[in-house]
Amino acid sequence: MADEPKTPPEKTPPEKSPAKKTPPEKTQTVDTKGSTQDQSADAHADKAAAGAGPWGTDSVDGRRELEVVDVREGMFGVHGSGDTSGYGGLTRPVVMPGASRQPFGEPDVTGEHGWFDDVHDRLAAVLGETGVDDALELVVVDRGEITFVVRRHALLQVVQHLRDDPQLRFEFCSSVSGVHFPHETGREQHVAYHLLSMTHNRRIRVETTAPDDDPHVPSVVSVYPTADWHERETWDMFGVVFDGHPALTRILMPDDWQGHPQRKDYPLGGIPVEYKGGTIPSPDQRRSYS
Amino acid sequence: MTTDAYAGTTETSSGPVFNVTGQDWDSIDSSAIEGDRIVINMGPQHPSTHGVLRLVLEIDGETVKDARPGIGYLHTGIEKNMEFRTWTQGVTFCTRMDYVAPFSNEAAYVAAVEKLLDVEADVPQRALDIRVLLLELNRISSHLVCLATGGMEIGALTVMTCGFRDRELILDLFELITGLRMNHAYFRPGGVAQDVPHGAVEKIRETVRVLKKRLPEYAALCNANPIFKGRLKGVGHLELDGCLALGLTGPVLRATGYDWDLRRKQPYWGYETYDFDVVTWDEPDAYGRFRVRLEEMWESLRIVEQAVERIAKNQGEPVMVADKKIAWPSQLSVGADGQGNSVEHINHIMGESMEALIHHFKIVTEGFRVPAGQAYAAIEAPRGEIGCHAVSDGGNRPYRAHFRDPSFVNLQGTSIMSEGSMISDVIVAIASIDPVMGGVDR
Repeated sequence: MADEPKTPPEKTPPEKSPAKKTPPEKTQTVDTKGSTQDQSADAHADKAAAGAGPWGTDSVDGRRELEVVDVREGMFGVHGSGDTSGYGGLTRPVVMPGASRQPFGEPDVTGEHGWFDDVHDRLAAVLGETGVDDALELVVVDRGEITFVVRRHALLQVVQHLRDDPQLRFEFCSSVSGVHFPHETGREQHVAYHLLSMTHNRRIRVETTAPDDDPHVPSVVSVYPTADWHERETWDMFGVVFDGHPALTRILMPDDWQGHPQRKDYPLGGIPVEYKGGTIPSPDQRRSYS
Repeated sequence: MTTDAYAGTTETSSGPVFNVTGQDWDSIDSSAIEGDRIVINMGPQHPSTHGVLRLVLEIDGETVKDARPGIGYLHTGIEKNMEFRTWTQGVTFCTRMDYVAPFSNEAAYVAAVEKLLDVEADVPQRALDIRVLLLELNRISSHLVCLATGGMEIGALTVMTCGFRDRELILDLFELITGLRMNHAYFRPGGVAQDVPHGAVEKIRETVRVLKKRLPEYAALCNANPIFKGRLKGVGHLELDGCLALGLTGPVLRATGYDWDLRRKQPYWGYETYDFDVVTWDEPDAYGRFRVRLEEMWESLRIVEQAVERIAKNQGEPVMVADKKIAWPSQLSVGADGQGNSVEHINHIMGESMEALIHHFKIVTEGFRVPAGQAYAAIEAPRGEIGCHAVSDGGNRPYRAHFRDPSFVNLQGTSIMSEGSMISDVIVAIASIDPVMGGVDR
């Protein structure tokens, strides 16, 4: 499906210095076996099957595996022979920042050092004590933010610990938002929880995924009552079903609305304005920069 | 009938249902009523619900037993629309969310985009000073609207006329600086759209002088007014633990005595270098929130005065990042025939440099590409924490932009603030939350 990137990926050594502030996405070290989304999904399955541990998506050879979510073709939204620009054959994988490995290093506006590792280690410890050792799928440190990608079955325990443990104490849930990646097979629906610790003045992101054909995620309303409306919005906009939510109804769209508008496959209507035989397609059907 | 498992039918099959719209209460057959408890639908078209907010109230006599807010009447799909416009154009959409505090929306968005671009350190100081100036002026104008509409809703019409009178002074400044009273789209990823015009500094100083004379009027009108206090004190009570559980931030949180203000706790854009105090109050009710807002306007004036001095000092410095691949290619200027690209720029791209023309065309139509990844940026809006979760797939448009609007979250406090109180206190409680439905529904 996708060609290999034109230049062979450079071998970069694993990041050693915690003080190094190079944004990971600029390294662009795409693991060769992860260059299409299908293979990437397989790779995930392999890792899980191999029991690579709770945070086991680090490649064996130390290179960072990036999350391929899509493959971009051409330059101007034209495919095949219609594109005379010479860019028609350009194929680039869309890769999200991949898993990071410890030490996660320095972050933060407050000038505090190393709390990413503190939070990670403490969370791993309290999860281990309660016998949940496959909760964390991967940890991504990117742009000075840390994201814990959590397997959905353990989400509730993870946020419970994050809120209640005195060393973690993320007592405030700022925001819940969904993201739809239709090309990431088996992990199409992402739900991101932005947690804030007012006690320690820290922010983290907890993310969980669900496949489109089983879009169920446990509700965190029992831990963070504020997530009530956020989860209703995410259900409304993406169709993610939050199990255990007290009243999961639509919130922004009318009650009898069909479909979930923020999904990437939701058809955009648009008005078929006709002028001398020509019509204007809806925004998602228009030719655009790809 | 719907097939949606979670959105059931709106038809009820139990209990008598009456449709009365006013002046026709006699038409109800009172023999069919069981008990005193009735469910009434307040809004979405109701002058005292602060916009198109719908409240489903279950009342027993005059006492509210159950209050459920219904939202979505102003949903315009801003987040979805942003996915089909360039990163720069996104500002034009998100500024329309919370239309009373448009700069806060823009600020959260550009902060998230700048985080994604990793240009936070490259944004010129002058651009940051202008942003802080406008954010703080906006905080004053937003709080003035809150006091004004809140006063109007309890019948204090003088507070309303004063509030809108003074807000207009600030909107005049916005018009002078950005060209528009509202919906400015003035902040851009990497800086601001254009420099402040000549004479702006003097005009701001003059307005600050007027505001310093006018702001004491609110305190004189309201602070010790027995009717005002009688309506506000003890109404909409919500303690700190309730605020944290339900996610309430801003003046509602600070009225509980907790000095949580992102400008101090997680400073951005140089707020740590400004001299101001975080206002708290120890009465977590509508009156406490009123006093917090009143004091915060004074603190914002202090910041405005400092920011104006900085802008006067660094006149002529750039207001956009130096990276030509991100910065808008030209600055707007006012010519004899109105506002547009400057004559020098037009001469440059039309007469001198083909490459400059190509660059202008590319950056205006295609925009810039943002490396794939996600970022969350939060700033302190007048209503609390506004956050933007921006996701990029490496394209020239946001893959996803989600806003954590403080009004949306704070409105969840409606039920706990108003259940058990009188219907008239529901209005006061909601006014003390100060929701803006454009932000709630986005």
